[in-house]
Amino acid sequence: MAHVALADKEQELAHPKTWIGMYVWSQDHKIIGIQYIITATAVGVIALILSGLMRLQLGYPGVFDFIQPDEYYQAVTMHGMIMIVFMLTAFFLGGFGNVLVPLMCGARDMAFPYMNMLSYWVYLLSVIVVCASFFVPEGPTGAGWTLYPPQAITEGTAGADWGIICMTVSLGLFVVAFTMGGLNYVTTAFQARTRGMTLMRMPLSVWGIIMATILGLLAFPALLVSVIMMTLDKTLETSFFMPAISSLGENLSHEGGSPILFQHLFWFFGHPEVYIVALPAFGIVSDLISTHARKNIFGYRMMVWAIVAIGGLSFIVWAHHMYVSGMNPYFGFFFATTTLIIAVPTAIKVYNWVLTLWRGNIHLTVPMLFAIGFIFTFIHGGITGLFLGNVVVDVPLSDTYFVVGHFHMVMGVSPFLVVFGGIYHWFPLLTGRMLNDTMGKIHFWVTFLGTYAIYLPMHYIGILGVPRRYYANGTTEFLPDSVQSANVSITIAALVVAAAQFLFLINIFWSIFKGRKSARNPWRATTLEWQTADYPPKHGNWGKELPVVYRWAYSYSVPGAKEDFIPQTETPSRYTKGEGDV
Amino acid sequence: MAQSTADVVAANDVVTDLVSDWSAEKEVFKVHWGKAMMWIFLLSDTFIFTSFLTGYMKVRISSTVPWPNSSEIFALSFGGDPIPLILIAIMTFVLITSSGTMALAVNYGYRKDRMKAAVLLLITAGFGLMFVGMQAFEWTKLIVDEGVRPWGNPFGAAQFGASFFMITGFHGLHVSGGVIYLTYVAVGVLNGRYEKKGYDIIEIAGLYWHFVDLVWVFIFAFFYLW
Repeated sequence: MAHVALADKEQELAHPKTWIGMYVWSQDHKIIGIQYIITATAVGVIALILSGLMRLQLGYPGVFDFIQPDEYYQAVTMHGMIMIVFMLTAFFLGGFGNVLVPLMCGARDMAFPYMNMLSYWVYLLSVIVVCASFFVPEGPTGAGWTLYPPQAITEGTAGADWGIICMTVSLGLFVVAFTMGGLNYVTTAFQARTRGMTLMRMPLSVWGIIMATILGLLAFPALLVSVIMMTLDKTLETSFFMPAISSLGENLSHEGGSPILFQHLFWFFGHPEVYIVALPAFGIVSDLISTHARKNIFGYRMMVWAIVAIGGLSFIVWAHHMYVSGMNPYFGFFFATTTLIIAVPTAIKVYNWVLTLWRGNIHLTVPMLFAIGFIFTFIHGGITGLFLGNVVVDVPLSDTYFVVGHFHMVMGVSPFLVVFGGIYHWFPLLTGRMLNDTMGKIHFWVTFLGTYAIYLPMHYIGILGVPRRYYANGTTEFLPDSVQSANVSITIAALVVAAAQFLFLINIFWSIFKGRKSARNPWRATTLEWQTADYPPKHGNWGKELPVVYRWAYSYSVPGAKEDFIPQTETPSRYTKGEGDV
Repeated sequence: MAQSTADVVAANDVVTDLVSDWSAEKEVFKVHWGKAMMWIFLLSDTFIFTSFLTGYMKVRISSTVPWPNSSEIFALSFGGDPIPLILIAIMTFVLITSSGTMALAVNYGYRKDRMKAAVLLLITAGFGLMFVGMQAFEWTKLIVDEGVRPWGNPFGAAQFGASFFMITGFHGLHVSGGVIYLTYVAVGVLNGRYEKKGYDIIEIAGLYWHFVDLVWVFIFAFFYLW
């Protein structure tokens, strides 16, 4: 059937006149993105406070009466789940994805703005349900963020009655919200690009975000199915995951279920989830490094293919989370191999970032500091990942603080540094004002150095054998006293870093009202989002005509050009033929 | 020699076309954006049903109690001997027939024959309702007459009832949603809501409907026939 491309026809956009229509029930992708960012930040602060409570207990066991074992496990669980799903996934895809994809592709809005709006409101509902679990009888679930059955739904675990149901319901709602948003991001990037914007001219941010969205669309179904089965096991006493089991001296009615099935389903979601968080970070950090080093990204094509390859491989590595689960050892062999193979495209990306910096004109702006910090923490977390990918090394290190240090480095701190870098970079685009530089630099150095003060000792106490998820270590023969000193120092560092995050929030509030007015395109970037009709862009983004793209997104320091950057929309005639094109 | 050169050229053309399609400006797939979105959604939905069926197979093979014989349980007798799976066969037939009427509706939609397209859409939705009705009958029979429950049943492994209600229930919800969707589109076709936008919407709704039918075929094969 003949049809007209979305870029060639007038897209009908809702232009409400009321304040509520413009800023609350908004269908504008930028407003929806900001709504996602605010909500995700709010739950992120809750999760940050929970981590502070855990650190207080670990650093000073028994000193704080209000942290009992149940509360400790609840804090562990809610911190993990909120940070990974409700904060980072929502922030990168709902926040950055919404704001950047249409702007960077040259679209007026998402392909389906109404569904995009619904996506946010269902996400907000899921956040409300998960936060409601703090107020139900017995509080939220304390099963650990992985929610492994049988313990997640048997008596004796905190929140085994109400908390776990709040959690599964809210995860189900999140999947629905993500699907509605994710379909929009992918369809917009695929079908609604402007004239001249080929796939191989798209900024890497868009590549990272859409690849992560595709992973989400294929991985979240497994999470949805596992939480449906778990809800049925809890409420209707089915036995999908529950073997014959006696709990607190009483035989339960379950029999014949398979707890390992839950682990497979969960990690079939859980491992791609790591890359759902990492791939947008990869993309955004590539753009930050290229822009602030005034140099084209090294090996653009390979960067794209590495994103695609990592995305594909991430679906066949899930069981490396299950080496000690009792599954067939040959499985471990297969999954160790695929896990180590994924290091190849990842290494390509790291080398290309470093080679982009090499002899670049590096401006140590705040976004650039965070981008360079990301390279450090990511290499660090990636290399400890190689340890844990090998079965024989993983088995003794399983469930120790080494694992905690590893994944916080690679998928906790690293994506967060990119979130911060992205905010410092795109804050002027959305508000027309710059964030305060001094506060930004204090925020960076405390966070970056504090990260090492927190997580390096964790690797060490992990190798000593300190198990994770323990309320208190008690007295053991194999742990030296220095472990407790390390825990105290980690706690102090963690509290300092947490305080720095509040400085960052103060910076944002202060700058929204009092920040220095930013010039148009303050970072002198080439990409489309800085070339909008109005600055900051209004609903509809572009003027009468959509922009036309003539080159890739990385024409920095082109020899013979008047300035050290050439916007993607600049007509070629002003420069020598063929400059800066792919 | 000339022949083989032509082959090489043809093969190169295929690769070049593919590359240029995928890397072209504006859009990747030369289709309506709604259709692309529906395809991506269906891919995601495929993973949901795959997870359901894989989970079901896993609990079935690891169950310590024998699995109930589905052709006996799903048998109906009309006066004489019970006929195995007869209700399921009729349900399958109804659903596959509805795919045919759906395809006709798409055809008449593109010809802008609004009346015929709307009637065929409503017939399709009617077949969907029949399917859900028979499913309700089947559930009632199992629950009330035979005492099958999600947590156990008189015939064998408890996971039989659990998987049955979960998977057919989830599929039934898809069919019910499809009935609402098709009715909404049919009303729009009658009102002329799509005169300006074009009738791709019928094809997009049709994609969803065919997908729901296809999933049923897999449920039929893996749950009832195995």
